[in-house]
Amino acid sequence: MSRIGVAFGEGPILIPYITAGDPSQESTIEYVEALVKGGAKIIELGLPFSEPIADGPIIQEAINRSLEAGMNPKKFFELVSLMNCNVPVVVMTYYNIIYQYGEVPVESFVTDAIKHGVDGMIIPDLPVEEAEEILKICEGREIDLIFIVAPTTRDQRIEKIMGKISGFVYVQARLGITGVQKDVSQSTYESLERLKGYDIPKAVGFGVSNANQAAEIVRSGADGVIAGSVFVDIIQRGDANAVQLLEDKARELVRGIDEGIENNKS
Amino acid sequence: MISTKFGKYGGQYVPEVLMPAISELTFAYEEYVTKNKDGFMDDFFTRLKDFGGRPTPLYKAERLSERYGREIYLKREDLLHGGAHKLNNALGQCLLAKYMGKERIIAETGAGQHGTATAMAASYLGLDCEIYMGKKDINRQRLNVFRMEINGARVNPVERGSGTLKEAINETMRDWSKSVDTTHYVIGSVVGPHPFPKMVRDFQSVISQEAREQIQTEVGRLPDSVVACAGGGSNAMGAFYNFLQDEGVKLIAVEAGGKGIESVSESKIAHHSASLVAGREGVLHGARTKILQDRDGQIVESHSISAGLDYAGVGPELAYLVDEGQIIPEIVKDEEAIKAFFLLSEMEGIIPALETSHALGYLENQMGEDLGEIVIVNLSGRGDKDVETVIEESHRLGVKHQTMERIERRI
Ligand SMILES: Cc1ncc(COP(=O)(O)O)c(C=O)c1O
Repeated sequence: MSRIGVAFGEGPILIPYITAGDPSQESTIEYVEALVKGGAKIIELGLPFSEPIADGPIIQEAINRSLEAGMNPKKFFELVSLMNCNVPVVVMTYYNIIYQYGEVPVESFVTDAIKHGVDGMIIPDLPVEEAEEILKICEGREIDLIFIVAPTTRDQRIEKIMGKISGFVYVQARLGITGVQKDVSQSTYESLERLKGYDIPKAVGFGVSNANQAAEIVRSGADGVIAGSVFVDIIQRGDANAVQLLEDKARELVRGIDEGIENNKS
Repeated sequence: MISTKFGKYGGQYVPEVLMPAISELTFAYEEYVTKNKDGFMDDFFTRLKDFGGRPTPLYKAERLSERYGREIYLKREDLLHGGAHKLNNALGQCLLAKYMGKERIIAETGAGQHGTATAMAASYLGLDCEIYMGKKDINRQRLNVFRMEINGARVNPVERGSGTLKEAINETMRDWSKSVDTTHYVIGSVVGPHPFPKMVRDFQSVISQEAREQIQTEVGRLPDSVVACAGGGSNAMGAFYNFLQDEGVKLIAVEAGGKGIESVSESKIAHHSASLVAGREGVLHGARTKILQDRDGQIVESHSISAGLDYAGVGPELAYLVDEGQIIPEIVKDEEAIKAFFLLSEMEGIIPALETSHALGYLENQMGEDLGEIVIVNLSGRGDKDVETVIEESHRLGVKHQTMERIERRI
């Protein structure tokens, strides 16, 4: 089983997202430590692309800050090595970045990702239809390719995606782009229901920002809660105690997850 | 099923949330456009005639012909309703949206020509319409912003990044991923995920369908070459498509050379918009194509005095046909385009769009050499929208031209 699979073995978990290099490499290392201390079991790290069409304003700004500070794929991999964190790391980036890296398109990126300790990839502009190239390269190697299931994804497509996926399925909680919301959308329940028969961990993201949502998501049968914009927003505000705030936020969401588990048992 | 690709180019690199809508659109495209289901294409052509004013003339430019020592024919898309070729596509897609039962239209626009064409078509067909437009473009194409609003569309400014076409496309895609159930995205050129490049090409290919017949009626044979400017590439694909089968007809796509492609680009900036000439294969806005990007794959800011050509990508079919040797890519710089703008205005009484002026600038650079005896230039649009820009930029660039001397005396 992959390190990601093992992480889900501990029961419903928190998966925070932040953008690598926002606002600097050093700060990312501190932030990741804080998130892990707060209870994160997988870290999703954004490798910035200049045209992030799946991301909302908060993460777009983070991507700009990171690019301005000089983040690039090479530095990203160095950063992952340096982090030396004891939870799996998933890179989230767009396909052009993967395609342009190194000598051999896609192959070089996957090889270096594995070498530096990346456990999985989420590529929001790569639907299964275009994924043959990277799937072939990943075959038999220690890296998971995570796909998104959107509220618009229905039975036949779900089947197609489930045939290609590894690690976990990213359940997009609502239409649109990343951002902060207060509620749990109806489509979360519906997507989880559609995914019920598939033996793969299901993590819900897009708009998660508080403990109540986390609890509700877990009650609905999810194995993981992904939260991004809420953390990136803390980083963006740049308070002196940002590290502490990140840890607290992670802890709050983990508390929500635990509540959800309790309810499920009772 | 129609292939989603052109060789290795094209495809559907879009977020999962859009895939079902794209599949639905692909199905509609295959049925209505390629198979004329419910007489869709007949309806489309009738409306292009009645509302759009087609066919547009193929007009022999006598003085240009004299100047270049060969016959220069202008395909007058500037005479299409709205003043540019853009309506062919906007009307086609809005009509398709209507057949598909969508209520709302969104679109990006650069120069504002596609936005105005979409606003017109949406108003004509009774659809709600919102247009995304970069802040910089709003400033340099104010007249078009008013035209869109007068036609009842809402114009949403996009502040992010350089505030040009690229950001406007990003924002429209984001809107679409929230609104796919009710909304159709009318993309403005032969770019984006399949089926857009093929569908837009099909709607625009009415240009070469007419021109091919018109030139044969006029001179009894096919032309030696067809010249068109290329931003995203829709007027070029439209003007070339029905000549692709004709060996011996040279197809020349003229890109914006800006300040010149030899000028060294600092990080994140290209001083031109020549994706076919200087771009590298990559993935942008849903398609694999030739793109202006840095070594890491970050998309760089492009430049052109003409907003409609100012884009870091290009349609995947053009990228493919350039690799195949069927389309020859060329560049014309800002200053050369301005000179051609004045030249056509003075010699033929037609003020061309700055985009189109690049195609005309190519004639001037070449003095018609290698183009053969009979040349068709696709006059993709009229230049009323550009008059202010041309005067300002000519002044700034110190373009020496008698028209400018007269104007400068006045101001
Ligand atoms: C008159 C005119 N010509 C050409 C273009 C470039 O677009 P395309 O390359 O898709 O024809 C534009 C775009 O706005 C335009 O307005």
